[in-house]
Amino acid sequence: MSIIADITIVVLVLLGAGFALIGSWGLVRLPSTMERLHGPTKATTLGLGALLLASIIYFQARLGVWTVHELLISLFLFITAPISANMIAKVHLHRLRTGRETDGIAGPPPRPSEEGDWASFEAPRQGTPASTADN
Amino acid sequence: MIDIALHIAAGCIALALLLNMWRLLHGPALGDRIVALDTMVINAIALIVLIGMNDNNDTYFEAALLLAMVGFVSTIAFCKFILRGDIVE
Repeated sequence: MSIIADITIVVLVLLGAGFALIGSWGLVRLPSTMERLHGPTKATTLGLGALLLASIIYFQARLGVWTVHELLISLFLFITAPISANMIAKVHLHRLRTGRETDGIAGPPPRPSEEGDWASFEAPRQGTPASTADN
Repeated sequence: MIDIALHIAAGCIALALLLNMWRLLHGPALGDRIVALDTMVINAIALIVLIGMNDNNDTYFEAALLLAMVGFVSTIAFCKFILRGDIVE
């Protein structure tokens, strides 16, 4: 194994593990729920991306084969992480509105504009393909 | 050199899992618990990747891929259940 591949793998592994740790540290330290969403959904996903990149280089240098499983996992995670973060934020906003949850010292997030509201609270509009407003 | 880096990384991920576990038990909001569970799944995938590199065995990636898919689907199902009271309407 060449020394350059060796150093690259070590740097990527330590970087990935560090980002995963920073994401979880943010999950513990940040003051309100909407802020706590940031750490895991961004830092941890980035850290796992670095780890998977390190794994690709490792198996190329050690066994001489190119594995693309890791690319599949990282692609899947990079697509799904924003979707799950969006769903969790929606759950939290709905529970804040129905009064079953109180937010931390930062308070609830501000409304989008004077008369508008968050899109997740609006009734489904008629005419859109997935609309359930008609029935 | 790589062995030491892998061990340090495994220690970091284990510490991250403990922090997630604290948030999962402590709450206070339900959203925090869902985020903690989702992050624990991602950290478990990272641990599986590290074990695969340590054992020189690339069969572990099927497990990691399955865990990634099941973790995403379970998070979405949990959120959907809380939002609408039902998963398949």
